[in-house]
Amino acid sequence: MRSTGFDARPAGQRRADPLGRSRRRGRNTAWVSALCLLLMVSLVLAVALGPVTVAPGTVAELLLSHLGRLPRRETLDSTASAIVWDVRLPRALLGAAVGAGLAMCGAALQAMVRNMLADPYLLGINSGASSGAAAMILFGVGLGVGEHALSVSAFAGALVASLLVYLVARSAGRVTSMRLLLAGVAIGYALTAVTSFLIFASGSTEGARSVMFWLLGSLALAKWGSPLGVVVVVVLFTGALLSWWGRRLDALAIGDETAHILGISPARFRTQLLVVVSLCIGVVVAASGSIGFVGLVVPHLARRLVGAAHVWAVPVSGLLGGIFLVWADLVARTLLQPQELPIGIITAFIGAPFLLYLIRRMHPGS
Amino acid sequence: MISGSAISFAYGSRTVLDSVDVSVRHGEVLGLVGPNGSGKTTLLRTLYGSLVPTTGTVYLDASTLQELTARQVAQTVSVVVQETPGDLPLLVSDMVLLGRTPYRRTSGRSAESDEEIAADALERVGMLASATKGFDELSGGERQRVLIARALAQQTTHLLLDEPTNHLDVRYQHEVLDLVRSLARSSNHAVAVILHDLNLAATYCDRLLLLDHGRVVAAGTPSEVLVKEHLEPVYHIDVRRLELDDGFQLVFRAAPGRDRQLRNTDAVDPGRRTTLRP
Repeated sequence: MRSTGFDARPAGQRRADPLGRSRRRGRNTAWVSALCLLLMVSLVLAVALGPVTVAPGTVAELLLSHLGRLPRRETLDSTASAIVWDVRLPRALLGAAVGAGLAMCGAALQAMVRNMLADPYLLGINSGASSGAAAMILFGVGLGVGEHALSVSAFAGALVASLLVYLVARSAGRVTSMRLLLAGVAIGYALTAVTSFLIFASGSTEGARSVMFWLLGSLALAKWGSPLGVVVVVVLFTGALLSWWGRRLDALAIGDETAHILGISPARFRTQLLVVVSLCIGVVVAASGSIGFVGLVVPHLARRLVGAAHVWAVPVSGLLGGIFLVWADLVARTLLQPQELPIGIITAFIGAPFLLYLIRRMHPGS
Repeated sequence: MISGSAISFAYGSRTVLDSVDVSVRHGEVLGLVGPNGSGKTTLLRTLYGSLVPTTGTVYLDASTLQELTARQVAQTVSVVVQETPGDLPLLVSDMVLLGRTPYRRTSGRSAESDEEIAADALERVGMLASATKGFDELSGGERQRVLIARALAQQTTHLLLDEPTNHLDVRYQHEVLDLVRSLARSSNHAVAVILHDLNLAATYCDRLLLLDHGRVVAAGTPSEVLVKEHLEPVYHIDVRRLELDDGFQLVFRAAPGRDRQLRNTDAVDPGRRTTLRP
C-alpha cells in the first residue's frame, strides 16, 4: 500500500503538460508580446501625431539619436526635435505609465474588495489628491516645496485619504472588503465636499478652473524630470509586485476563508495591498489628476483576453491600460485641435458604454 | 493530531460553542453531527485557526495554533468548505494549483512538479479531464470534487471538510467519503468531517461528536452516539434504529403533535424519503 497518494510517478510515466496549460501559456505569452509591440507603436504614433505632424521615420530617428544610438544630424528640424523630445514623448510616456498604474491597481482592488465593479478611486484616494491640489492651487498651502508643490500636495492629500480609509475600516476590527468599500465611499464623499468647499470659500474663478482641470484629469503637466521618473518607477514596481502576488490575489478574490485555508492572512494581505495601491494611485493622481474608467474597465478586458488568474491579468491590464490611455490622450489632443479636451471626457465616453456592455453580460437573462 | 480542550466561542454575547473537547486523530475519521446552528462549522473553523476560540486552546501536534503562521498551518491542515469564486472565471487547473500556495514564497507561475501534483489530485477525484474547463462551468458536485482535489494538492496530513457531500448525488456521496476514509486508513491522515446525513456518518466515520446548542451531547463510536435517547431530544423527531447484519440504519419520522421547528427540517432526511432494504 502506498504511504500517501502522491508518490512521484516513475520517470517514464511523467506526463508532459499534465493539466493542459501549455496552450494557454503559449497564447498568453503571444498576447503579452503583441501588446508590448502595440504599446511601442502607439507611443511612436502619439509622438508623431498632433497639430504638427512629424513623420514616424523622423520620430524614430530623433528618438534613436537622443538615446545615443544614432549620430545627431544637423539637418533634423530643431522644432520637430523640440516637439517630439520635450513635449510629446514625456506626455506619451506619462500616459502609458498612468494608464498602466490605474489598470493594474484596478485589477488588484477588484480582487481585494471582491467586487468586479470596483475602481482605484473607490478608496477615496483621488478625492484626497484633489483636495490636496485644490488647497495648494487656491490657498498656496505647501508653498516652499518648489516647482513640484502641486504634485507633492496632491500626493499628501492622497496619503491622508487612504490612511483615513484604513483607520476607519480597521476601527471595528479586521479589515474586511465591505468595511473597506464603505469607508472608501464615505471618505471619498467627505473629501469631495472639502474640495467643493475650498473652491467656494476661495472665490477665485481662475483657481476654480485649475481645480476643475485637476478633477477631470490631464497629462498636460508632463515633462522630463522627477515627477515622470517617479511615476514610471512606482508603476513598474507596483506591476512587478502585484504580478508576483498573483496567486495570493486569486485566493483573496475567491474569499477570505479560502485565503486563510491556503495560508494567507486575509486581513494582513489586504493591508499590504492597500499600502501598495495607495502609493501607486497617489503618485499617479498627483501627476495626472483623476482620470476615470481606466482602472474599472481595462481589467475586465484583460481577463477576457488571458483569463482571470492574476499572474497574467495584472501585467496584461497594465499593458492594455497604457495603450488605452496613450490613445485616449491622442484623441483628447487632436479631436478639437488646437483646443485640448480633458482626457477624462474621452475615457468616460469610451469606458461607459463598455461598462454597460459588461453589466449586460454579467447577468444574462435578468 | 488536532486537539482542542474546553473550546468556547461567542459572537458578542451569543455563545456558539460551550467548552467543547475534541480530538482529530491520525488514521481515523471524526464525524461532527448535530442540527443546524449547533456549532459544527464554528468548531471546525476554530480547528484550522479561521476563528480564535474565546477561551480554550487548539493544538496542532505539539504546538498551539496561535504559535504557527497561517502558512505553516496550511502546510499541515487542508480544508474543504463551500466556496464560489463569484465573477472570477478561474480555470479548474488554476483552482487546484492554488493548493500549492502554502509551499511557495512567491505566487508566480506553477512549477512543473506542482502541475504533476495537481494533476494527480484531480485524477483521484475523477476530474482530470475537466482541468481546462472554467470552474464556474461545473455542476455543484463537480466543484466539490475540484475543491477536494485542491485540498489533496496541499499534501497535508490533516483534512477538515464542511459538508463535502452537499450537492453530490448518491454515488458521489459515497465515492467522496470512500476517498476520505481511505486517506485516513491508508495514508494515516487525521480527518474531521461535518455531515448532515446521519446514516452516511454511521457508515464512514470511526468516531462521532454530536453537538447541540454548542455543547457536546454525545461522543464515541457511531453505534454509541446514534441512539434514540441522544437523537430525539436534539432533532425533535422520531427516530427508529434498525439493526442490520453489517451495522444499523436510522429511520426518521416527523413526530406527530410535536412542535416541529422550521430550522430543523433540513437537518435530517425526512423518514418518508428513506428507502429501506430488509
